Amino acid sequence: MKIAKALVLPVALLILWEVAMRVSGVQSDSLAAPSQIAVAFYDAMLDGTIPWRTAETLRAALTGLAIGGGSGLIASILLGLIPPVARLMQFSIEVLRPVPAVALIPVAILTLGFGYAMEVSLVAFATFWPVLIYGHAAITNIEPQLLDVSRVLRLSGVGRVTKIVLPATLPRYFVAFRLATAVSLIVAVTVEIAANPLGIGYELMTASQSLHPDLMFALVLWIGLVGWGLNGVLLFAQRRLFGPAGMAEIAR
Amino acid sequence: MSITTRALWLTGSIAVTALLVLSWQLIANYSGIPPVFLPGPDRAWSALVTGFSGGELAQLTGATVQRMIYGWVLASLAGIAVGAVIGSSRVAREYIAPMLEIVRPVPVSAFMPVVMAFLGLTGTMVLVVIAIGSIWPVLLATVHGVSSVEPRLVEVSQSLRLGRFKTLWKIALPNAQADILAGMRIGLTVALILAVIGEMLTSENGLGWSILQAARAYRSADLFAGVIVLGVIGLVSNLALQSIERYVLRWKRR
Repeated sequence: MKIAKALVLPVALLILWEVAMRVSGVQSDSLAAPSQIAVAFYDAMLDGTIPWRTAETLRAALTGLAIGGGSGLIASILLGLIPPVARLMQFSIEVLRPVPAVALIPVAILTLGFGYAMEVSLVAFATFWPVLIYGHAAITNIEPQLLDVSRVLRLSGVGRVTKIVLPATLPRYFVAFRLATAVSLIVAVTVEIAANPLGIGYELMTASQSLHPDLMFALVLWIGLVGWGLNGVLLFAQRRLFGPAGMAEIAR
Repeated sequence: MSITTRALWLTGSIAVTALLVLSWQLIANYSGIPPVFLPGPDRAWSALVTGFSGGELAQLTGATVQRMIYGWVLASLAGIAVGAVIGSSRVAREYIAPMLEIVRPVPVSAFMPVVMAFLGLTGTMVLVVIAIGSIWPVLLATVHGVSSVEPRLVEVSQSLRLGRFKTLWKIALPNAQADILAGMRIGLTVALILAVIGEMLTSENGLGWSILQAARAYRSADLFAGVIVLGVIGLVSNLALQSIERYVLRWKRR
């Protein structure tokens, strides 16, 4: 029932859109009927454009996420376990974090040229911060008794991280990486639209400029689906792996 | 922690930042990376000073900030109004809200080529994209805040026989204040990002356009100066909204 109600409006809008396009019979350079969009989507899927371009985008996004999120993870453990480091780095973090990743696009073009390297480094910059901030918060929220236990057991630094800190903060790190994954896709597509001749964002830009509204709308839809699918898979994994413990973190 | 130790730590962390800037200078001077690619902080600083004293950089900053604020104000007003309507009506929540959730995961920059197909490479296009992009956080936060009023407060409004509009104005919107302000803060960040990209694509006057030009002409000092100004805009706008939030929400902390 809920789903039926949710579908009423989108379906009605689609039908209205289709009918309006057919009745008016406009040949537009910027608008296409839903049926035309569906055909364009089907064609682009079949001739490999969409799968190929999606692979390019995901490759850049996920490589950047691995680098940026990985560094964020390590940095957050350092800040979390050694409070003086956190206090000393605070000002630098507050100053660097608000720099929008897109402002660094020209810097990346200048130093790395077009291609994967610049896109990956921009994604890495953007995904570093959320993992650092959420991870740091997760570690400072660890039950103090757990850290006492590690002291009593005389665990080494590495043992403390792998046996106490990471297991205790895993659900929160998972949430941090889920958010960072969304960021990585957004930044990758944005960089492609703004400058980089690569991936699905570039294809979208080309479709818009070469007056192919059917393909353009199909690609926007597809980008939304990819983002939605990635988030859905990770959300499912999170529920499966951590149950209510993982979900409690979402509310915060 | 006493105030003196806190001040000491703050001084320490500023000193660390100064050390980082110093090492940037040393790398620029001695690593052999040509200044065309990596200008030292001294060059970036002098580009900042000449840019602002000549008035050119100030004018570019003004253009970008103006664009960002206009789009954001438009988006915030529309987001609060539409969000209040959707959030306060059960029917609208059931029928319209799911569609918003479908559109939400689309990266806002993907709307840019679409709007471009309609409006071309114009300043209006940039403004429309900023408004479309930064409306989401505000809209969704308002829907959430307005619809999550405490049941007892709803009962109060019923026993006082407040109409729908008065309930919205006196109970639901104040209840949503914190959500709305948080959404607006995210919206402003989105607005800055979209303003920069929009300027890059359309060559409209502004910092986004000017840093791209600087990169293409290998004027790296101007490029870094522009990036620094954009960082400062991000920092200042975030701090400003945080203090507004604290001021407006001071009644909640009691």
